[in-house]
Amino acid sequence: MAKSVIDVPPKGGFSFDLCRRNEMLSEKGVKPPSFRKTGTTIVGLVFQDGVILGADTRATEGPIVCDKNCEKIHYMAPNIYCCGAGTAADTEAVTDMVSSQLQLHRYATGRESRVITALTLLKSHLFSYQGYVSAALVLGGVDFTGPHLHTIYPHGSTDTLPFATMGSGSLAAMAIFESKYREGLTRDEGIKLVSEAICSGIFNDLGSGSNVDVCVITKGCTEYLRNHKLPNPRTYVSSRGYSFTKGQTEVLSTKITPLKKNKVEVVEGDAMEE
Amino acid sequence: MDLDMNAPHSMGTTIIGVTYDGGVVLGADSRTSTGMYVANRASDKITKLTDNVYVCRSGSAADSQVVSDYVRYFLHQHTIQLGQPATVKVAANLVRLLSYNNKNMLQTGLIVGGWDKYEGGQIYSVPLGGTILQQPFTIGGSGSSYLYGFFDQEWKDGMSKDEAEKLVVKAVSLAIARDGASGGVIRTVIINSEGVTRNFYPGDALPLWHEELESRNSLLDIVSSASPEPMSI
Repeated sequence: MAKSVIDVPPKGGFSFDLCRRNEMLSEKGVKPPSFRKTGTTIVGLVFQDGVILGADTRATEGPIVCDKNCEKIHYMAPNIYCCGAGTAADTEAVTDMVSSQLQLHRYATGRESRVITALTLLKSHLFSYQGYVSAALVLGGVDFTGPHLHTIYPHGSTDTLPFATMGSGSLAAMAIFESKYREGLTRDEGIKLVSEAICSGIFNDLGSGSNVDVCVITKGCTEYLRNHKLPNPRTYVSSRGYSFTKGQTEVLSTKITPLKKNKVEVVEGDAMEE
Repeated sequence: MDLDMNAPHSMGTTIIGVTYDGGVVLGADSRTSTGMYVANRASDKITKLTDNVYVCRSGSAADSQVVSDYVRYFLHQHTIQLGQPATVKVAANLVRLLSYNNKNMLQTGLIVGGWDKYEGGQIYSVPLGGTILQQPFTIGGSGSSYLYGFFDQEWKDGMSKDEAEKLVVKAVSLAIARDGASGGVIRTVIINSEGVTRNFYPGDALPLWHEELESRNSLLDIVSSASPEPMSI
């Protein structure tokens, strides 16, 4: 019986190749990099003409704000957008992947993507990673069956709701929704309520901050209102300005290395023939 | 209060399945919790598998959703191949096969209930390990602990549709009163030869039990009253 060694591509799932190296490094005292998380407040609600999604714009790396104006509302399809909370890399990667799959599906079927398709693709991916892909999402969109709003948890469970909040600021935002939400809101009322809920997260949750992004999806039309509200303007301006005159920095030593000129030989190839 | 938003989504739950003369009644509460936070206060835990078979889900929300999605898919294929509606027994066995063969990875207790023309109304219980057991009535979820004695006393054979539904609603209401992980609204699904009826009982319309207080809609009710009582610790 001949043993054949076929180069099989990895089937997916966690690759354990670097675990030994990581263990060796941590023994030597090298700390693993902390994950860039989007602390986050993300919300969504269904109003009379469609859905409105909202998000804050703070991205944190442990206790530090690494991005003061990041984008948490991700494009999935022209009629479907998805807010992401949790590990920033995971939300970006999973929404990008499903967005590509949806586009291929659109080409194959010749139809507008449905929200439930995006939902099923996301939930099966997250379930197969058993919660290790730390992405908590609020998925919203309008397709021919109507407006839809879903929440997706890292373990792969989903809920379908008229209004939803996720992220560390979800409790603050949910408090606003539970007191002020009602069915059949108009577009302006809906945007105002979403902004209020995100602001509640921004001001009451340490993991959320900076600005409010809003996305309004209706049948046939999507409006992405980037930085719809800027409730945290930078008020301090240095009176002296930021200029540094020559001579302020002390030069300790100078070393000049001339760059070598590399001779490039051009070889004439044969003319292209059909 | 430490809220772990990354805790797996579990349905604390109270789920019930009861047969009556002519069909079955399935009942459930509507609370889905992530640790100590209620992630969804109005979830629907009674999921359709086919026109005539429904399943009540409890335990891990993700696991139970995935299992019911797979079973719905298999049953759809089976119905096409068979040429007639699937029987409740087949549906329950598909659920059991998935639960038993993946018992190390799944954490979900399910109650399968439905009606078919051969055996009439049937209830099958598929708890954590993947056992399958047909019973005239069965209870599941964390709130079921409080209902064993209640059912031992109140259950009768040959109840009418209304009696059975009233029993289910009363039982879920009692469990909600005692179990912190159950709450929200009560949903029931009645399946018989005529079809499927879904009913909804909002939380504030349920009867109050021992020492339960009337729910107040908001602090404004107290503030606007003539002489509000001072807050006491």
